[in-house]
Amino acid sequence: MGLTLTKAADWLDNSKLDFSPSNQIILTDILKAVDGYSKNNPIGGKMKFSEPLVWDSTLKFEDFKKTERFPETSQEVAHVECHSFDMLQLVLDACRSKKTAEVRACLEGNSDPVSKILGNRYACNTEDDVEFYKQAEEDLQGEDITYEEFETKKVVLKMAMEFHNLDVRMLRSVQGLMSKDSRLSPRLVEAEFDCLKELSGSEDEQPLRDIEPVPCYVHVFSNGYRAPNFRQLQGDIAYFLVYLKDTDVICVTAGTKGWFVNKGYSKDTNDVDFERRSDLYGSLFALLRERSRHFRERTSRKSGDGETAADEAADGAEKPDQEGDADQQAAREEAEERKKDPTLRWVSLGTSEQQSQERRSARQPQSAAAAAQQSDESDSESGTDEEEDAVERRHESNADLPSEYWQIGKFVRYLKGGNQTSTIISLCALRDFQLNTEVCQLAIRDVGGLEVLLNLLETEENRCKIGSLKILKEISQNPQIRRAIADLGGLQTLVNILKEPSKDLKCLAAETIANVAKFRRARRIVRQHGGIRKLVSLLDCPALNGPTSPEIERDIEVARCGALALWSLSNSTKNKRAMKRAGVIPLLGKLLKSRHEDMLIPVVGTLQECASEPDYRVAIRTEGMVEDLVKNLKSDNAELQMHCASTIFKCAEEEETRDLVRSYDGLEPMVGLLNKTDNKELLSAATGAIWKCSMSSKNIRKFQELNVIEKLVRLLSDQPEEVLVNVVGALGEMAAEKENRHAIRKAGGIGPLVQLLTGTNQALLVNTTRAVGRCAQEKENMAIIDRMDGVRLLWSLLKNPNPEVQASAAYAICPCIDNVNDAGEMVRSYVGGLELIVHLLRSDNIKVLAAICAAVASIAKDEENLAVLTDHGVIPLLAGLTRTQDEELKRHLSEAIACCCAWGNNRIVFGKEGAVAPLVSYLRVKDPKVHRSTARALHELSRHPDNCITMHECGVVRHLLGLVGSDDEALQLAASGCIANIRRLAMANEKSRQSSKARGGGNGGANGKAVAAK
Amino acid sequence: MSKILLFSEFLLSLEPIIVLHISMDVSAKTAISKLAESLHKQTNFTKKECEHLLHMYRELAGADDVKLDRSKFKDILHCSFGMTDAMMIDHVFRAFDTDFDSSISQEEWLKGMSTFLRGTLDEKTQFAFRAYDLNSNGMISREEIFQLLKATLIKQPVEEDPDEGVRDLVEIVFKKFDTQKKGVIDYAQFKAMVAEEPLLLQALGPCLPDEKSADAFLCTFEELHLPTTISYIKTGSQR
Repeated sequence: MGLTLTKAADWLDNSKLDFSPSNQIILTDILKAVDGYSKNNPIGGKMKFSEPLVWDSTLKFEDFKKTERFPETSQEVAHVECHSFDMLQLVLDACRSKKTAEVRACLEGNSDPVSKILGNRYACNTEDDVEFYKQAEEDLQGEDITYEEFETKKVVLKMAMEFHNLDVRMLRSVQGLMSKDSRLSPRLVEAEFDCLKELSGSEDEQPLRDIEPVPCYVHVFSNGYRAPNFRQLQGDIAYFLVYLKDTDVICVTAGTKGWFVNKGYSKDTNDVDFERRSDLYGSLFALLRERSRHFRERTSRKSGDGETAADEAADGAEKPDQEGDADQQAAREEAEERKKDPTLRWVSLGTSEQQSQERRSARQPQSAAAAAQQSDESDSESGTDEEEDAVERRHESNADLPSEYWQIGKFVRYLKGGNQTSTIISLCALRDFQLNTEVCQLAIRDVGGLEVLLNLLETEENRCKIGSLKILKEISQNPQIRRAIADLGGLQTLVNILKEPSKDLKCLAAETIANVAKFRRARRIVRQHGGIRKLVSLLDCPALNGPTSPEIERDIEVARCGALALWSLSNSTKNKRAMKRAGVIPLLGKLLKSRHEDMLIPVVGTLQECASEPDYRVAIRTEGMVEDLVKNLKSDNAELQMHCASTIFKCAEEEETRDLVRSYDGLEPMVGLLNKTDNKELLSAATGAIWKCSMSSKNIRKFQELNVIEKLVRLLSDQPEEVLVNVVGALGEMAAEKENRHAIRKAGGIGPLVQLLTGTNQALLVNTTRAVGRCAQEKENMAIIDRMDGVRLLWSLLKNPNPEVQASAAYAICPCIDNVNDAGEMVRSYVGGLELIVHLLRSDNIKVLAAICAAVASIAKDEENLAVLTDHGVIPLLAGLTRTQDEELKRHLSEAIACCCAWGNNRIVFGKEGAVAPLVSYLRVKDPKVHRSTARALHELSRHPDNCITMHECGVVRHLLGLVGSDDEALQLAASGCIANIRRLAMANEKSRQSSKARGGGNGGANGKAVAAK
Repeated sequence: MSKILLFSEFLLSLEPIIVLHISMDVSAKTAISKLAESLHKQTNFTKKECEHLLHMYRELAGADDVKLDRSKFKDILHCSFGMTDAMMIDHVFRAFDTDFDSSISQEEWLKGMSTFLRGTLDEKTQFAFRAYDLNSNGMISREEIFQLLKATLIKQPVEEDPDEGVRDLVEIVFKKFDTQKKGVIDYAQFKAMVAEEPLLLQALGPCLPDEKSADAFLCTFEELHLPTTISYIKTGSQR
């Protein structure tokens, strides 16, 4: 083992072993050899080492007590001395789970253990083995040795041989590991950078915000490196700044050994601190997955089609199996040792890493090209694909194949080698299998049936095409088959069949497309081959509800299948637009008049998908579809009701639509759906529709008549979160009216609402805080909230990472403080609460800032709390915010400033921090609410002469004069008070000037006019 | 003057021929139209379409009162409907020839074409059954199926028994149709199975024209545009 330790092991500078995978393998190998050695070789075990092995142990004294025999080590356990393998065994037994660490310590203490054990003659010789053999020969040929000596020498020799073998074994496994360890090259680094750049963007589904090379090292040298020459020597390739969504910017280094986070880029010095600050990762992707939760979630998002993370793991484990080498073991151990490197998944996203592409293309001939195509097209749909990573589950051997495999294989053979008659018979026979089971679906694929079926689609024989499509339609319900069909170019053929005159073919092809287009790549292929226009034209069905004949029924069927396909396709934004351009909207409007549920479900389903686009929402309203949607809410079919309610949910974002729903009497059936508590999807859709509809006050009145509040409150318990979000959202909207707030209390809704504040679902928390906040406007409600300690819960939500929750919680806190008795004491009782509020004023989210300002205004009404806030430095923070452009923030900010003026010399500080001038400019904003709070703030500030001067210089008087004429009394009062203060100052000035003959008449003149106007 | 005389003489000399021709034509035409009148209700054609088909029949037969014989009929199937398999053409002829006189009468022609081109599923099922029932005993046996299917698979010289695949197919078909385990396929079983899976209508060989050639044949004289093939999928009311 000497050779391995000197050559293969990674030693650190301080003669410690590095924690590298190769070392790990060496350690485990040595441990395996040593542990149990004395048991297997009693003689060798007893043999005394020529020198004892000495090292600083990791063991504690107590560890030894637990073993039965006390070893002959010195009392200080930190220092271990071993004279034979028996002793070594004792030490190892004492270690239990820490054996590897102990071996590590031993090796670090004895860099050449073999020479110590067997004597210097066996010291590690790095050059060749000649010395070793010579030694052995000499040992055996010594003449004047006794029998015992000979025996000992034999043992020594045997051990020497064993060590030698161990050495060879370890070298081999380490070599295996090294051969796997591919080094990064500039090309790979740039490829990964380009790919991540593609994936970056501001939208939520994109895994990261941005990635760019560090500004000081943008230049690419001729050898592809970005790093400066002196760093290239250290193995650095390039440096990048990665802007993540959930954490800050991180600065990463790409080196030949891998990616790692460095100490960061400093703008001031315009340089990078190169020191390594994280583990090494094989790819930036792996590094980012480790660092950012958001990135991990966005890159491993799965569809609801049953692909699970476990499958993914299976995929990862598949690789060593396929390669099937002797060094598998090493690879596995590495995988155990390190966090699993997800490069495999990354590959399927379409990086241009050649090696991995080869692996991939070996499996699926066309997908590599498709992947390349995908990365070419910078699409709104970039990011990971739900099904793109569908997992391959291959049967390991033929032994346990189900009998279906053989039968299906036989029929597929007849399909290939026969005329149309035998083809038809085989197709019909195949149809008799349970095509909805995965076994049969995969069997057809595995025996090469998909290729044959798709080939049949390109023949001239309609009956064969029909038979083939009937099978494809069934088996394409399986995600893996869908992928396979897309990979084999089947979608192009299917789109072409849509042109055929035969209606049967059109129907079946459209239905198959509907099944296959469940994943993004398929949807894009259909669009790119002009499938959308053809499918939309299928919807044109002349007679919908007239007298039926077989022919008309076939036409209706064609339209239905077209709608089914479009429903699947409408999952992609680009497809929605393409559909609109192809004129789908009036056709859907026409089909919506159908009486057949079979037809209505795909049509409404398509509308539901498309209603996420504002254009469609307007069209749904203007094309008169709302009436039909409402009509179908009354249907008996729960699925149809669900889709209708979901569509209304999405469309009712617009006020006109909400009014239309009411005018078509859509609110009653919606409320009726609340009774169907078993069907959670339906319930979620219905409550969602109610939520959005209750944004109109007229709808609220109608809902009141229908006793909605009681029903909604009843739904507050035992419902899944999707339902709860909508229910609470609806209650929040309803609580805009006083009566409803009381009604919620009477129905017993306050308690459950407050309880929901303890949840974790962000959307639910936003809605709940809003609802609680509105309810808190009533004293009676507030009493209940206070009793349940709801304000404390709201306060703790300010620490939530989601800014929306923070903002909503802060808004909710305001009415609570306004309406609770002894609010000041309550607020003070929250340890660190006021500090938290002040801290949040540093947030970079405008909504949070506005909400916190509102909360500050409420809190500052209590003088003592205001004092604490002031101590925490609220004033400069507020003053710093005054330059904002956001009207909502302006309003709450000026309100907060007005309230904060009441303490100490805050007024003066505001003036010094330059808050006055921006406040004056707020008066130019159109919103009267802003005027009102600004006037109040100015009034408060004007009590200090310096501020008055600043205001006057900014031309405040003209604006205030206008406001004095407002209808709002509070505004009038504040404005006139402010003017009065300015005037008073001017008068005082005048007086002092007159007395001291000093200058300053200009001001007086202007203010004199102001007062005159008043 | 003389010219006019000459011309009238010329006309006179022609008269017998013209009259004869017209009289023949008229009588044939009236016969055809009478026949069409009486038969068109039993077919899926309009009267005019029937007349056209009957004219066609006469032309093919070559003269009045001559029936279409096997070879002439085969020519039509071959040229107009693209049927190439001699065996199958024979079977189709037998399905047309309902009175087993080895020739096709005008009535057989009209009714056969009606099924052939515009038949409902039931009519076509009956037609196919007649074509497949080689000995016309109202039942299809294993041997008959073997006869029908023996040329469907490409013979692979490497296989020991070249007929093994065919026998396998026969078994599949037989199992599929003989739901009541009668040992033979009778019409009821055949009809039930075809109703369930219309693709099985021509399971034992193409005995009906494909959509394109049928449309091409009809387009010269059709008055109504009706579908020439049955629907292979189940629509709203059938589900």
